[in-house]
Amino acid sequence: MMAEKLTMGKALNIGLRRSLERDPKVIIMGEDVGKLGGVFRITDGLQKDFGDDRVIDTPLAESGIIGTAIGLAIRGYRPVCEIQFDGFVYPAYDQIVSQVAKMHYRSQGKVRVPMVIRIPFGGGIGAVEHHSESPEAYFAHTAGLKVVSCSSPEDAFFMIQQSIESDDPIVFLEPKRRYWEKGEVDLDLDLSAAHPLHASRTVRAGSDVTVLAYGPMVRTALDAAAAAEEDGRSLEVIDLRTLSPLDLASAYESVRRTGRCVVVHEAPSNIGLGAELAARITEECFYSLESPVLRVTGFDTPYPAARVEEEFLPDLDRVLDAVDRSFGW
Amino acid sequence: MAKGGSPPDGELVQLLTPEGERIESVTGSDGTVYRVDFTDEEYRGLYRDLVIVRKLDAEATALQRQGELGIWASLLGQEAAQVGSGRALKPQDMAFPTYREHGVLYCRGIDPIMPLGLFRGVDQGGWDPNEFKFNMYTIVIGAQTLHATGYAMGVTMDGKTGTDDGEAVIAYFGDGATSQGDVNEAFIWAGVFNAPLVFFCQNNQYAISEPLERQTRIPLYRRAAGFGFPGIRVDGNDVLASYAVTQAALDHARLGQGPTMIEAYTYRMGAHTTSDDPTRYRIASEVEAWQAKDPILRVRAFLEKQQIADAAFFAEVDEQAKREAVHLRERVLAMPDPEPVTIFDHVYPHGSPLVDEERERFTRYQASFEGSAH
Repeated sequence: MMAEKLTMGKALNIGLRRSLERDPKVIIMGEDVGKLGGVFRITDGLQKDFGDDRVIDTPLAESGIIGTAIGLAIRGYRPVCEIQFDGFVYPAYDQIVSQVAKMHYRSQGKVRVPMVIRIPFGGGIGAVEHHSESPEAYFAHTAGLKVVSCSSPEDAFFMIQQSIESDDPIVFLEPKRRYWEKGEVDLDLDLSAAHPLHASRTVRAGSDVTVLAYGPMVRTALDAAAAAEEDGRSLEVIDLRTLSPLDLASAYESVRRTGRCVVVHEAPSNIGLGAELAARITEECFYSLESPVLRVTGFDTPYPAARVEEEFLPDLDRVLDAVDRSFGW
Repeated sequence: MAKGGSPPDGELVQLLTPEGERIESVTGSDGTVYRVDFTDEEYRGLYRDLVIVRKLDAEATALQRQGELGIWASLLGQEAAQVGSGRALKPQDMAFPTYREHGVLYCRGIDPIMPLGLFRGVDQGGWDPNEFKFNMYTIVIGAQTLHATGYAMGVTMDGKTGTDDGEAVIAYFGDGATSQGDVNEAFIWAGVFNAPLVFFCQNNQYAISEPLERQTRIPLYRRAAGFGFPGIRVDGNDVLASYAVTQAALDHARLGQGPTMIEAYTYRMGAHTTSDDPTRYRIASEVEAWQAKDPILRVRAFLEKQQIADAAFFAEVDEQAKREAVHLRERVLAMPDPEPVTIFDHVYPHGSPLVDEERERFTRYQASFEGSAH
């Protein structure tokens, strides 16, 4: 069968459906995930087909969603929790970082909480405050959690299923501004043949600068690479995909070739993932670097009002500006 | 034996007075009859549990004072609430404790040395929660009540309620925890999903130094009504009533009739933990008043009055408790520190290249000292 052209939202929906079909222990829980199909309709139609025991509309309390999911996981279920928006995950913060993340460690491997915490994250949709945040560093900083982010419909389709199959607790970050973008998805490809969950992927080959991005910024980085090509510069774009643990083997190899590296993310720069990436690349590729690793990020402010968010968010021009600065050394 | 009756709202369900008088049964406001029907052997068994649990706890406190434990959270004064509720659990029931449930742990058949590893700092509690149906201790206040609720929802989804041999779940927490969002969220979830769950609140009157008045304006058991399930207040220093009330609530749960909140009204005779100084925030007369309600002395008085046990029995129990305490001490002193490299174990079920790399680097670093004087 040919690959289908799907939006990321639909790819996630089909991925969740496949997981529910594959394993009766998989359950989906969250606010409005049932009849409404979630505020972004990612769980559309699932309660109708799998029942309200498998797709559970919960009371409105994020700590309760995560905390009860832990109990269900201990009982043998595989909960997939939906947090409606990034800025609403903080009431559940203790349950995620102190409980979900540490159950396996504290019990010396005797207790597993195989759960997925889905968070639509990032800005660019013109939303009100608390609806456009990038909390990845909080979770990537916590041992015991794994953090991934998809950037394309195909990755979304496979990564959500791989995450649900994994016994590791996973924070699954969905770039909400990309929900409606379409891409080819091979629905017939076996899950085991898909790109591994915790592996980065080179999405565009290039020779002059290595650009590292994930989630919503992969599209931006690719757009920048296309524009740079017109100026005669060749950007290699790596989609990190896994933020914890980081997979930097391709990045190291690439930077040793290009000698330059630009990291792009929406989250503020201070103590962000870009700092970690810059440090590791500097340690590993010091003698290959022609210039410092540069960061293109959101500003170190709260996420601003929607009418100025385009100024806050890294765009094609800011990525190209960083590329230029990289050549200025 | 005194005759039974219905306690007015707010009064404690009690089956054994501080003087050791038996009350045959008590009928709750909803008509539930609380009673126990124990053989003499079972009465003696409860007394034995109480004495041993107290002795082991005292030994742990002493070990802390001697520097063998980093800290200890004593259960002194709360033995009846824990043994009563702990013995009411059936093997299939699952318990979610805080960090003070050493008495319940003992009733679940777990080696009492297990929690001492946590307080000594050699591990984080060594028992298998699945094997003993007793989850890990939880330090963050109230977090475990949500875990218990989710687990109980799973029991329902598994179809394990609705019969006498169904499963039930119990969540332990203190009076301070009732102020936490998680506990209130657990109440909401449990009510909405009719979870087969018993919320067992040991109201020991203080959250470290903060008295009950800093947590609530109403008796805690009345909170349950606002969440749509029954609340009951029991004399937490009465092992028989604690047993009877917990058993009734567990049966209610296992039959699929939903959650119950039990407020076991008791008193923490010691400090919150060994780092605490209760003389700063409570007066001696209050402590003395509670000493008169001691959970062990009243069982002993009852056993003596009813001639269920004699002096030889009491001496033998004391001897056993002492033996077990000495055995515990010997084993704690012999508890080895873990190998440093175990820091890296069990971070993730599927492992992580980052952790593997750090483990390898650390191992090499350690090996670099081999043969040196340092």
